[in-house]
Amino acid sequence: MENNGDTKTGSRLWTVSVSPHVKSGESVEKIMWTVVGCLVPPLILSVFVFGFQTLLITLVSVASCVATETISQKLLHRPVTVKDGSAVITGMLLAYVIPPGVPYWMPILGGVMSIYVAKHLLGGIGFNIFNPALIGRAFLVATFPVAMTSAWLAPLHGASIFKYMGSGVDAVTTATPLFVLKHYGISGLIQKFGSLSSMYGSLFVGWRPGCIGETSALLLLLGGLYLIYKGYITWHVPVSMIVTVGFLTWVFGGGRLFTGQPLIAVLSGGIALGAFFMATDYVTSPTQKTAKLLFGTCIGALTVLIRLKGGYPEGVCYAILLMNPLTPAFEQWFKPKRFAPQKGAVK
Amino acid sequence: MDIPLLTFPKGGVHPEESKALTAHSETEIMPVPDEVDILLNQHFGAPCTPLVKKKDAVREGDLIGEMEHGLGANTHASVTGTVKNIGTAPHPISVTAPSVTIQTDPEAGPRVYEPTDWARFSREELLARVKNAGIVGVGGAGFPTHVKLAPPPEAKVDMLILNGAECEPYLTTDHRAMLEHPDQIIEGAKIILAILGITECHVGIERNKSDAIEAMKKAADDAAPGGYHIHVDALKVKYPQGSEKQLIQSITGRRVPGFGLPFDVAVIVQNVGTAKAIYDAVVLDKPLYEKVITVSGKGIQRPANIQVKIGTRVRDIVSYLGGTKPDLAKVVLGGPMMGFAISDLDVPVTKTTSGVLFLADDEVDASDHGQCIRCGWCLDACPMGLSPNEVGVYVEAGRAGDTAQFGVFECFECGCCAFVCPAKRPLVQFIRLAKRKAKK
Repeated sequence: MENNGDTKTGSRLWTVSVSPHVKSGESVEKIMWTVVGCLVPPLILSVFVFGFQTLLITLVSVASCVATETISQKLLHRPVTVKDGSAVITGMLLAYVIPPGVPYWMPILGGVMSIYVAKHLLGGIGFNIFNPALIGRAFLVATFPVAMTSAWLAPLHGASIFKYMGSGVDAVTTATPLFVLKHYGISGLIQKFGSLSSMYGSLFVGWRPGCIGETSALLLLLGGLYLIYKGYITWHVPVSMIVTVGFLTWVFGGGRLFTGQPLIAVLSGGIALGAFFMATDYVTSPTQKTAKLLFGTCIGALTVLIRLKGGYPEGVCYAILLMNPLTPAFEQWFKPKRFAPQKGAVK
Repeated sequence: MDIPLLTFPKGGVHPEESKALTAHSETEIMPVPDEVDILLNQHFGAPCTPLVKKKDAVREGDLIGEMEHGLGANTHASVTGTVKNIGTAPHPISVTAPSVTIQTDPEAGPRVYEPTDWARFSREELLARVKNAGIVGVGGAGFPTHVKLAPPPEAKVDMLILNGAECEPYLTTDHRAMLEHPDQIIEGAKIILAILGITECHVGIERNKSDAIEAMKKAADDAAPGGYHIHVDALKVKYPQGSEKQLIQSITGRRVPGFGLPFDVAVIVQNVGTAKAIYDAVVLDKPLYEKVITVSGKGIQRPANIQVKIGTRVRDIVSYLGGTKPDLAKVVLGGPMMGFAISDLDVPVTKTTSGVLFLADDEVDASDHGQCIRCGWCLDACPMGLSPNEVGVYVEAGRAGDTAQFGVFECFECGCCAFVCPAKRPLVQFIRLAKRKAKK
């Protein structure tokens, strides 16, 4: 069939729009669903480390976020964009930063807080001031302080993944490496893992108490590297944040100066998850490279400050939340270098 | 052996080249259509005053429109025939434009031009020939060439750059010109150098046209030197390598100042197609009334490089090339990054038309745009170091008037920002609106 090519009488209408007429193959959906894919391996591992309920908690969290996004956008008379996958990421990240022994209904509340309050009431994707998942976590910590700071589970080490299903939280709580380190020192931590090498191995692979998705530095690093390879995030924030945490812990983290344990510091808590998947969130982090380096450094410094001097053993969540609202200021301070200098300024 | 490729440092994108559709098709001459619509505003500046009346007989190459005063360029009849109407024709930007419609005399043969030795002409005579021939920058802007070649004396131009980058995807007209007429382009370059009274010329060609680089190098070597130094520079394949400011930076390292012109950094840039037109004007005394264009895209039956009479309607080109395909989604005059989508096939070819693209469904992205997610990719892509993301957000918030701070007036609408935007935001459209509302 041949189209005579007349927009008025032809078989179809052509598109008339402003250039460019070709676009790169990238899209918000592709970015978001790739991030989701990178977040799946830590989830699978968590099922074997903490049991099947981590999957259920994550599914509840994702469902809550997706439902809240749909309802929020309908209530606010905005187009429903739930298919873009960003609410799924928020749901996963929210579940990843809560302990594996919390009640299943808890992430429902966190999801509503994350998506409705922290995202859509502030203008939706691209306009939120804080990382939505971390606002959800902060809300849960403030509302259920006991569960959120004590529902840690000991890794299963070969036991049935359904071991913790249905059992009460109090019966199985343990302490996170950071808690042990803060209160019993390095010797206490080594004792807990049996040996030094077993401690580093467990911390790196993820066989240690902690939040659902934060334990495996290895899998989070691989996911982060893939995102860097795809060009979806850059190395600046993760590297500057991790290096700062290691360096400042080495300097100030021991009994005397320069006796801290940098490797334990960056392998424990939420450093890898925060560095690769939270501090790199587009809207709540700066766009320019220098600004990113400074931003990551500040997050690292605040994390160490909270860890060493604050009341909580871990500080990644609040460090990121404290830096998030400074992003617009960073955008003002660090702007792209304009091509054209003032007229007359010939090189 | 491999010399480093020249390029510009900031921004740029790598769209799919899609040049293979026509890169190896020799330029063919399309038969003269029954009618042509010759626009009177094919140049930068005010439209020409028509010199002919309805029913006048005109000959191919006759002057039919002239600038009385101000910036502009002469317009010539592209066919022999009778003036059918002095009216308007569809125009991709201004909707309609003043035009002279000529009905072709099918009996008339092509006009023949004899070459002459231009060395005997003075600078003024050379410039007069360029002006009389109605030559404009055929690369896109349509700036009258005789004005560009007479820069103010304080400019102290020391280098001519011939633009053979052809960084727009699909387009292969400059590529074919450099392959098929390298000697004439080099000769044209020498004429320009003679007019400017300088000796140094650099021809910038993207590396993806290695055969053109070879052909131009050979032509430059073969030509009698005559005191001129013509170098062929291989450029990295990166859009917008052919943008004037980026090309100057790639080749010389000089940066044209904001709101400035190339002669502010002692350079004059001409498209290779314009150099060929200058050769025709000076050596053959032939006005600019024919144009080689690339007709490409998956939506046309037979993609080709064709030489057409200026004023040829796109509709006639479509029927010459076997019609369109059913999945045709968009018709674009020019390249896919900066060209204009048209809704009417009666739009005529002008001096600045470089191609007509018939883009099929799988070549265009018609998806709706979303909110800015602040990924910052447009900031990395912008070769001018501007902030398209902020312009878009301001325009949507009704604050287009406050966007001068983001450099909207430095934007030349290359489209890199909108190309990379994952939210498919029409950033060039936002910037155009911002330019209208913002205060300089």
